[in-house]
Amino acid sequence: MKIKNNIAVSDNGFVFNPASGESFTVNQVGLDILNMLRKGEKQETIVQQLSEKYQADTAVIERDFSDFQAMVKQYHLHQNEE
Amino acid sequence: MTAKARYERPLIKKLESNMPNKFGMRTEFEPVTHIDGVSVASLIADYGSPVFILSEQKIRHKFKAARQAFEARYPRVQFAWSYKTNYLSAVCNVFHQEGSWAEVVSGFEYDKAIRHGVDGSNIIFNGPDKTEEDLRKAITNNSLIHIDHLDELYMIQEIARETKQKPKVAIRVNMDTGIYPMWDRFGFNYENGQAWDALNKIMFSGLLELVGLHTHIGTFMLSPNAYAIAASKLANLAQRVQQKYGHEIKYIDMGGGFSSHNTLKGAYLPGIDTNPSIDDFAEAITSALMNSDYRPKTPPLLILETGRALIDEAGYLLGSVIANKRLSDGRRATILDVGVNLLFTSFWYDHKITPAQEFTSYTEDTVLYGPLCMNIDVVRENISLPLLNKGDKVVIHHVGAYNMTQWMQFITLRPNVVMIDMDGKPHLIRKNESIDSIENLEEIPPHLSHFEL
Repeated sequence: MKIKNNIAVSDNGFVFNPASGESFTVNQVGLDILNMLRKGEKQETIVQQLSEKYQADTAVIERDFSDFQAMVKQYHLHQNEE
Repeated sequence: MTAKARYERPLIKKLESNMPNKFGMRTEFEPVTHIDGVSVASLIADYGSPVFILSEQKIRHKFKAARQAFEARYPRVQFAWSYKTNYLSAVCNVFHQEGSWAEVVSGFEYDKAIRHGVDGSNIIFNGPDKTEEDLRKAITNNSLIHIDHLDELYMIQEIARETKQKPKVAIRVNMDTGIYPMWDRFGFNYENGQAWDALNKIMFSGLLELVGLHTHIGTFMLSPNAYAIAASKLANLAQRVQQKYGHEIKYIDMGGGFSSHNTLKGAYLPGIDTNPSIDDFAEAITSALMNSDYRPKTPPLLILETGRALIDEAGYLLGSVIANKRLSDGRRATILDVGVNLLFTSFWYDHKITPAQEFTSYTEDTVLYGPLCMNIDVVRENISLPLLNKGDKVVIHHVGAYNMTQWMQFITLRPNVVMIDMDGKPHLIRKNESIDSIENLEEIPPHLSHFEL
């Protein structure tokens, strides 16, 4: 999943969608995921990097990543796959 | 090697820029990690999850404050502990140690009070269901019987005639105090003359000793003025009895129904900020009594049967997160091991719920479900909580009233109840149930004892 190119993400977790005018906040782990998604990183890489940075089981990170992705989709911040 | 950072599940939250939340409820991310100095984690480790915790310190503190509120305003005050609110023996005995009589509403509760060692003359027997056996016992023990209906009155007169005893009685009076709904199913109505009629029957028969007048106008009352109206009406009845029969009513029992700090569902602001205090109720009741025209030689004893306001805040229910999930509309749902089976009052209140461990200030709007496989098992329809994970502990506040008497043995078993004493030492006061506690009461007919599948 990739994030739409026009979505602005600030360093302190403020997210803005200029197309809809909607704003969001993300916490630190959410910010890390968004930044990696914007770079086009795959799920395995993201989970791997998070498990290196944070104290958490890979299974927990995987589960939470899926949930986060679902919310990103719900808020229409993702690019539709070709 | 550098230490890894603390993990928190990822959150993305939409910022709402429209109308502010009119309910204005605060977000509960401040953890409550200890109760009376005992850590929540150790209580759960020692007694399991879920577990009810009662603070003896808070019970006594609340009781003393309530007594002071009334005694500072009126010369003769007596509290009677409302057993139905919480009849665990340890709880009742704290109130009895503080000087409370017992107020019971069934034969079961009556026997419990006797077992606790309460003298029969210090038991107030209320309620619509008193069997002949109950009444005989109460009359022999010199208890104060509050008559609910004429059938009961006639039965007491019959027993009095037969046993040559003179039962001590009061009548329960219902009335319009300007609140809705008006509780007219208990006792005799004031406005239509039923109450006066019952008093005349008692006085004319000469078989019973009319000692008091009782009312109980509602539950979780938010209007102290309703009590002022009720007290005036009872004082008026007492005055009429004095005028007509030269008989002095010894006590006026104003019942209970005072609100606690809980927040009623649909309330705009937290109950702790908006509900009247015990002083507000005391001021309304005592002023009405003092300003009434009833002037006996000795002021009537003022009896209060308040339950909820004295124990709600002393009760906590500790639980754990079973799982997190998403609902179809994207809302967060969290499943706890505490449901409506243990938290009956969640049908009435938006209970305050706090985490029992530290979190960041990020929160999420969450629906809190209980563990029952039943759609109505909702603890909070909407609450803003930190990012709870499976296994995290939560503290549910203000659960001391009614939950430990109205709890259900449905699907699962009732948990331990622990009381933390004045020195911060926990004591088990009701053991958790086992499958044997339930099955020992069952019997299987011989033809149903075997089957083959």
